[in-house]
Amino acid sequence: MSAAPEEPRLLDAGEAALVVEFGSTVDPAISDRVLALDEALGADPPEGLGERVPTYRSLMLHYDPLVLDRATLADRVRILAATAVTRAAGTTLWTLPCCYAAPHGEDVAQVAERTGLSVDAVVSAHAGATYRVYMYGFAPGFAYLGGLPEPLAVPRRPSPRPPHPTNAVMIGGGLAAVATVPMPTGWYVIGATPARLYAPERDPSFFIDAGDLIRFEPIDATTFESLTAREAAGEPVARRWEAR
Amino acid sequence: MAALTIETAGPGITLQDGGRHGYLRYGITAAGPMDPLMHATANRAVGNPLDATAVEISTGGVTVSAEGAALGIALLAPGFRVSLDGAALPGAVALNLEPGRTLVVRAGAAGAWGYLAVGGRIAVTPVLGSTATHTRSGLGGLDGRGLAAGDRLPVAEGRPSDSAPQRLVAPWLERDSGFIRVVLGPQDDYFAPDQIAAFLAGPWTVSPRGDRMACFLDGTPLRHAKGHDIVSDGVAMGAIQVPGNGLPIVLMADRQSTGGYPKIATVIGADLGRLAQARGGTRIAFRQVSVDEAVAARRAERETLREPVVREPVVRTDFASDFLLGLNLVDGVTDGRP
Repeated sequence: MSAAPEEPRLLDAGEAALVVEFGSTVDPAISDRVLALDEALGADPPEGLGERVPTYRSLMLHYDPLVLDRATLADRVRILAATAVTRAAGTTLWTLPCCYAAPHGEDVAQVAERTGLSVDAVVSAHAGATYRVYMYGFAPGFAYLGGLPEPLAVPRRPSPRPPHPTNAVMIGGGLAAVATVPMPTGWYVIGATPARLYAPERDPSFFIDAGDLIRFEPIDATTFESLTAREAAGEPVARRWEAR
Repeated sequence: MAALTIETAGPGITLQDGGRHGYLRYGITAAGPMDPLMHATANRAVGNPLDATAVEISTGGVTVSAEGAALGIALLAPGFRVSLDGAALPGAVALNLEPGRTLVVRAGAAGAWGYLAVGGRIAVTPVLGSTATHTRSGLGGLDGRGLAAGDRLPVAEGRPSDSAPQRLVAPWLERDSGFIRVVLGPQDDYFAPDQIAAFLAGPWTVSPRGDRMACFLDGTPLRHAKGHDIVSDGVAMGAIQVPGNGLPIVLMADRQSTGGYPKIATVIGADLGRLAQARGGTRIAFRQVSVDEAVAARRAERETLREPVVREPVVRTDFASDFLLGLNLVDGVTDGRP
């Protein structure tokens, strides 16, 4: 018998969005509860519930208050938050090919310098870890990943670098990320994947969800080119593993 | 196919429909109109679905013409200067744009955003189910960018309008510029009560550096009680975040989907358009309302959109001389910021 889970805080973000906050830190246990509620509401959404946005620690629920009133939504959320079974996070694992070599690993030498590791040690530490997708945010298809090995935990840059390339594999502030749309960034670009996590014309446009696990598989620049061509021809190069 | 041709366009002129919904969880913001009520009203005035694709006009100004066939146009740009082949028109007007004629819209005494709806359907390819333009990520509209001279917008199932221009009367767009109503939170607990009072009272001055992403406010900086960094969470349109410098930023249509600053309050849906229309230099203050009051305001707004947009004959105004219109054409391009 375990104790009943703590009730989430329900915070209004205006009259058409409700934030269900399970905590204030980056923590896999909090993320599990966020994703469990997200999944439960998605399986049987009340009429008037709109988009659900999972983040590290909270679930933002957009709703049409002319169809679904706040009290009804709040009751539903409290019940589900207490009863929703936390799904075994990480039942879906993706392996993404990643080229850490030039010209893709633009900042890998800087990370080596900051961490005191060799470039090879940076690469093997990054490629040796399993990451959890906490959330998307900031820009289309920008996936925030937890699970970065401690030796690679460098602070973010004091000021942003020029825009990263598409499908950049980045680290910064103790987290890892895969970023699809080029933007100036405070993170370090240590590689690139030929897998397109986001392709607006493809169905589905996104294939990796919050709660999924990711591993990176080192490839050289030649392989990167050939896999990029395969991906462009519609043959996905990310591989999916199910633990169910 | 008939088309609406962009003859000239200042910065910040984009195509917007009701917004790109369903992908926020993947980091994709809805975009959509800065003033949703005015956008919907323009569509209503030409008999389009309320969330149809329309041209959003910034203070950068735009000049358009019709190609192939006459187009029924509803232009809602109150406070802007509008002319058809040099003859002044009201800022809210329905007209039949015949090929060879030129409609000019320029920033005027007031108003930051206007909407030009075309009877029929502006036939651009939706991306992720929407034509809304989000220029920062290059999504929607024409190639994900703002409109520019030479762009041609095909119009499917185009409907011409009555031939003489008519003034559009939509009283619900005559919104006073009083308090902007907010619901406190979601992180109002990051501020002491005296700072929340200071936030509400302001007064704040809308900064000229705002755009579709955010409205920056200048005034006396607020102090945080618990620091200014939070672990990122979701950001609603109208969320008012307070970064380290203590000056509030209202996040608008093109905002990022998540953010890491405490959000002291959220502008209610019914007041988003009013705030968006406040140009740089406008002084504003906030008023706290309950969720119930905000819902009532939203309901009232929804009801007004059921009313027809009345058309009245345009009364000729003699002060709209060719001299003034000449000035309009000369100084028409501004920096595109409200």
